[in-house]
Amino acid sequence: MKAGYVRRFSRVERLLHWVNAVGFFFLLATGLILYVPRLSMLVAHRQEIQYIHFWGGVAWLCALTAVILLGGRRLLATARELDAFDRDDLRWLRGRGGPQGRFNAGQKINAVLTAAFAILFGVSGLLLWFGEQDTRYRFASTVILHDGLMYVSLFLVVGHLYLTLIHPATRHSLRGMTLGNVNAEWADRHHSKWRPE
Amino acid sequence: MDSPPVTEHDAQPNEEPRRYGRRLFLVTVAGGISSLYWGKAAWDHVTGVISPVASAIAPGIVPTGGWRIYTISGQMPVFDPATWRLKIGGLVEQPVSLTYDELRALPRVDQVSNFHCVTGWTVNNVHWGGVRLHDVLAAAKPSSTAHALEFVSMEVPYIDYLSLQQASLKDVMLAYEMDGQPLPREHGAPVRLIIPQMYGYKNVKWLDGINLVPREQAGYWEQLGYDQDAWVGRSNGYGA
Repeated sequence: MKAGYVRRFSRVERLLHWVNAVGFFFLLATGLILYVPRLSMLVAHRQEIQYIHFWGGVAWLCALTAVILLGGRRLLATARELDAFDRDDLRWLRGRGGPQGRFNAGQKINAVLTAAFAILFGVSGLLLWFGEQDTRYRFASTVILHDGLMYVSLFLVVGHLYLTLIHPATRHSLRGMTLGNVNAEWADRHHSKWRPE
Repeated sequence: MDSPPVTEHDAQPNEEPRRYGRRLFLVTVAGGISSLYWGKAAWDHVTGVISPVASAIAPGIVPTGGWRIYTISGQMPVFDPATWRLKIGGLVEQPVSLTYDELRALPRVDQVSNFHCVTGWTVNNVHWGGVRLHDVLAAAKPSSTAHALEFVSMEVPYIDYLSLQQASLKDVMLAYEMDGQPLPREHGAPVRLIIPQMYGYKNVKWLDGINLVPREQAGYWEQLGYDQDAWVGRSNGYGA
């Protein structure tokens, strides 16, 4: 590691992040072809796109599961960090500062929602798929849940991309998720309660 | 965000953090799963407000009014007024071929009806303009041996059937206008079947042929396992 830099994300954490990211954008692209009328008209081949979208989703969930199993206890420790909100976190969420750990409270919420949405995307996607073949799996609201998750996820991912690529104060964090390490001074400014090993 | 000095002193250094992460996770998953029961009702409330705005600022970008565009082939049919004909054939005394203008010259009807898709979405209060089936079929003089209609789409091999009895139900029509505009391509231009009492897969798009036949057969989706009679709320696993 370069001098003056500290390790922020382990290999398995980064792997989990990028498997999720690649899967998300693949499913977003194929899903939008099915969803947006102009794109549906342009691409057509609905059956094939639907097939690719469904099996892409299955592969995404399997890959996430595999990485989680691979990460084991190390990822469990990460999950504990994301689970814990102290008074500083609550203060930070109210916009009144409060020193932050390795994850700030916003990042914790984003990670928790992303995990919950993966499950809900999976459940509603499977219901849509099997509902076309067996009416016992068909609910009037499945498509609304699946689409609604897409809208909320899109909103979260746009915010995430802005903070990690554009916003000057936070875009240094991208380095943490690509190379794994971040500038120690930056870490001290933004995550002052975090004590990197 | 740079942290300003903490002025409040209620934070104890060794205080046990709250496990809000898992709560948020469980509440989100539970809320999502339970929305399978309340989601549609909630969405119907919101959509009345959102969709006029969305269709005004981004037509064709966001599916507005709840429509989803379903196709079965790689190419959405193209309507060419110069070559398109609506051909009425089968068990008739006089096969008829109507141009687009001739179709539009038939007695016009307007109706507002709801459109239900078997996959779970509904569009309420669609304004259709078009013609009644009997006005279209009259010139061909259907034979008494015909008991059903075969609707042929330009999107090959999409086809579906209605019994003559079903086809004579109130509000069954061939629509060439939707919400005051000529029927858009993705909705089946130039003309589609509308039978509000049945799910969308019976409402054949991109029509170019109607044949009188002795009896109903399995249409495109019926061959893939959907019910022959697609009554809204009473078929395909919905209702009794």
